[in-house]
Amino acid sequence: MVFLAGVVNPTHAVFLHDYWWVTVIKAVALLVITILFVLFALWFERRLVGRFQSRLGPNVRGPLGLLQACYDAAKLLLKEDMNVTRADKLIYILAPMLSVFASLMVFAVIPFGSEVSFGHYKTPLQLTDFPVAALYILAVTAIGVYGIVLGGWASRGNYTLMGAVRSSAQLISYELVMGLSIVSVFLVTGSMSTSNIVYGQRHIWYCILLAPSFVMYMISIFGETNRLPFDLPECEGELVAGYQTEYSSMKFAWYYLAEYINMLNVSAVATTLFLGGYRFPFTSISALNTGWWTVVWFLIKMWAVMFLFVWVRGTLVRFRYDQFMRLGWKKLLPCALIWLFVLTAAMSAIFFIPKLQQRSWWWPLAILAVFGLIIGLVILWPMPAERPVKDWSKVPYEPYAGGFPVPPMPGQTTVVSAPQPVLAAVGAAPESFAPPGGAGTLPAAPAADAEGSADK
Amino acid sequence: MTDTMPHAPAPAPDEVMDDSAFVLAHGGDWNDVASEVARLQEERIVISMGPQHPSTHGVLRLVLELDGEYVKETRVGLGFLHTGIEKTMEARSWNQAVTMVSRCDYVASMCNELTYCLAVDKLLGITDQIPERAQIIRVLIAELARVSSHLVALGSLGNELGGTTLMTVTFRGREYILNFFEAVTGQRMNNAFIRPGGVAHDIPDEAIDQLIADWDKIMLSIDDLDDLLTENPIFRGRCEGVGVLDLSACMALGLTGPILRSTGYPYDLRKVAPYSGYENYEFDVCTEDSCDVMGRYLVRLHEMRQSMRIVAQALAKLRATPGPIMVPDLRIAMPGQVTVGPDGQGQAPDHVKHILSDSMEGLIHHFKLVTEGFHVPPGQVFAQTEHPKGVQGVLAVSDGGTHPYRVHVRDAAFNNLQSLAAQTEGGTISDVIVCVASVDPVMGGVDR
Repeated sequence: MVFLAGVVNPTHAVFLHDYWWVTVIKAVALLVITILFVLFALWFERRLVGRFQSRLGPNVRGPLGLLQACYDAAKLLLKEDMNVTRADKLIYILAPMLSVFASLMVFAVIPFGSEVSFGHYKTPLQLTDFPVAALYILAVTAIGVYGIVLGGWASRGNYTLMGAVRSSAQLISYELVMGLSIVSVFLVTGSMSTSNIVYGQRHIWYCILLAPSFVMYMISIFGETNRLPFDLPECEGELVAGYQTEYSSMKFAWYYLAEYINMLNVSAVATTLFLGGYRFPFTSISALNTGWWTVVWFLIKMWAVMFLFVWVRGTLVRFRYDQFMRLGWKKLLPCALIWLFVLTAAMSAIFFIPKLQQRSWWWPLAILAVFGLIIGLVILWPMPAERPVKDWSKVPYEPYAGGFPVPPMPGQTTVVSAPQPVLAAVGAAPESFAPPGGAGTLPAAPAADAEGSADK
Repeated sequence: MTDTMPHAPAPAPDEVMDDSAFVLAHGGDWNDVASEVARLQEERIVISMGPQHPSTHGVLRLVLELDGEYVKETRVGLGFLHTGIEKTMEARSWNQAVTMVSRCDYVASMCNELTYCLAVDKLLGITDQIPERAQIIRVLIAELARVSSHLVALGSLGNELGGTTLMTVTFRGREYILNFFEAVTGQRMNNAFIRPGGVAHDIPDEAIDQLIADWDKIMLSIDDLDDLLTENPIFRGRCEGVGVLDLSACMALGLTGPILRSTGYPYDLRKVAPYSGYENYEFDVCTEDSCDVMGRYLVRLHEMRQSMRIVAQALAKLRATPGPIMVPDLRIAMPGQVTVGPDGQGQAPDHVKHILSDSMEGLIHHFKLVTEGFHVPPGQVFAQTEHPKGVQGVLAVSDGGTHPYRVHVRDAAFNNLQSLAAQTEGGTISDVIVCVASVDPVMGGVDR
């Protein structure tokens, strides 16, 4: 498309010219930074949740309790490493590592900042980039599911198995939505390389231009990272700890690590794809969008998304599995498809109407997107039905209707049938209370009904 | 031994027993159970949820037969917290037994004590002689205990749904109530404050000032809970239409309390059969018509506000009603108004002076009271109150001695737990924990 021609990032080709040792340094630095971020994220979450819950959070170890996560990590390392006897040993041990491995891969293509110079040497703050970098992110996060599924399966427990099954179903459902919301980014950018996507947001961030995609992405990342309100695979209230129930010590720590790295990953990806990456908001002043400053903007945005994670965790309760699936398949997926259709149509319109191809071609699209989001939210926002309030004076009093004699409700006066022998009704009760297989509803006892109609 | 003698069924064949999932099968013919399980085990998982599980309110054990996510069969296992409270009471004097009954439903200790003391009062025939002020204090304390119990119930409901903040929000409010209990009784839980014949001692003025100062914070905790949950679509999705039990089911299973009131039937003993002067207070019986977990949540939520309304009235009455807090009969009344003496021990100087220098009879009564307790006329009574969990009854039997011959506590949660199978079968495993939380069992009371 014509108006997308200028999107191609001039710095893109730089990666090809990095020395091999620069790449190694970058990779090692990324690993270290990720681990440090995880330690910080643990503290960040616990402190924030503490504030939400009118308590202090960790504040003893180190300044402001910052070292608490290190103590926790040391504790996990020193704990007894227990194994399940009947477990499939190899997979049981490999699964958590697979999780961590997959989660560590994502940061490779995340641009932390624009090009910076070390002396004479100039290099972008990104390990690597290639034309399908965003697809690579999707692919790698999908591998992480294997860690959870295999771990849950290999530890041969009921809870772990259920956690694993839930996890796989959940990840599959929500990766569809996630993928579709990212497709719109590809459409507008005309590229799948992360540095190009960031560069494409120099005028307007995709969180506004593609507002519905952004919202859907933000919803699906909660499913992707198994965080509240979608933490069904490990929901502590039902499945004890889900897939990681049988893991202890360092093997548990691997899962724990993977979970937090995943959170960081999706925050970084959200920042890159929708929040303008390392760019300063609402301006294209080059002084703010080049050099080391860009790292600051990136980190602020990324931790803002992390804050959202924590905020949601401190506020919401958990979905039920079937409701969660219904949300994914019956609401989000159709919405994502419709939005993709609308977006494609709008882009074609822009392409065919020359007047719209001026410099500000994105404004009509942004207005469309915001309106689309508002309409979608208005239609889909779950408005709970009014609570039923019965007017008992209008309900005829049938003492045996439910299979067991009941007293009249206040206001209920009409006696429909003559009093029947109580013992007969009691004798009929056990049959009528046999659960019908529905969700706990009790049917009217057939015997009592027949008698009632005979009386009428 | 003849064939007609009852005997154990033949052991199940080995191929059935190899290493299939462990099944608890109480009752019934084991062969039938085993063959049924063998038939179903290809499709069904048997999960023993509890007694060590985060969401079973202590040590409740649920044996669930699952078909995928769906619960096909629920069996409730009790008794893991059986501490022999009722039996222990038989080895204590009537007064000391208060400390035992206090530990039944330890989340609402005061309500247990009230029921027990009403029963003992009835046995002693002094129900009409309980001083007005003691009645007011009993109501005040019991209602605060109700609020604190409901806060725990709803907080743990939220916590089991993953909302840890709800737990802290409610426990924050409960903390102020427990502070008040501490200021009044010296203990936060297991207070042993309500005694046969009245209450242990008068409420200090500082405690009342403290309660009034904390009033808004307690209300804020209730309001926060309301704001966070009542309109929350996720929460309503989890609770609406779950664990439905209509009135006839409640009647058939003997369910009381919020579960019964969530069907719309306004059965509240405080209105139906008032005790301790509840007829003198203005409050509404909260009901809902939805019969589900959401209804029970709303009943509890509104009940807390009504309870605070009663507490406000009780505080006003308390100010207007000075007087004794124990029946005047010295054979029953332990000396009240204990103060800390110079030796750091609790002492009642006036009482000591009275029995040591003024009244030989008083000294004898005191000696008998402390060494063996008071005698209760032989008989058998049943007293019941509206406990936060439902109708709590105490059957007290006396053989005329100073110790109970038998005390049985009818714990509401014990009866309410019987409904779990009816509530959960056919639902998902996630609904099970919601249903358990809506019953709000405290295993100390259930297993006693």
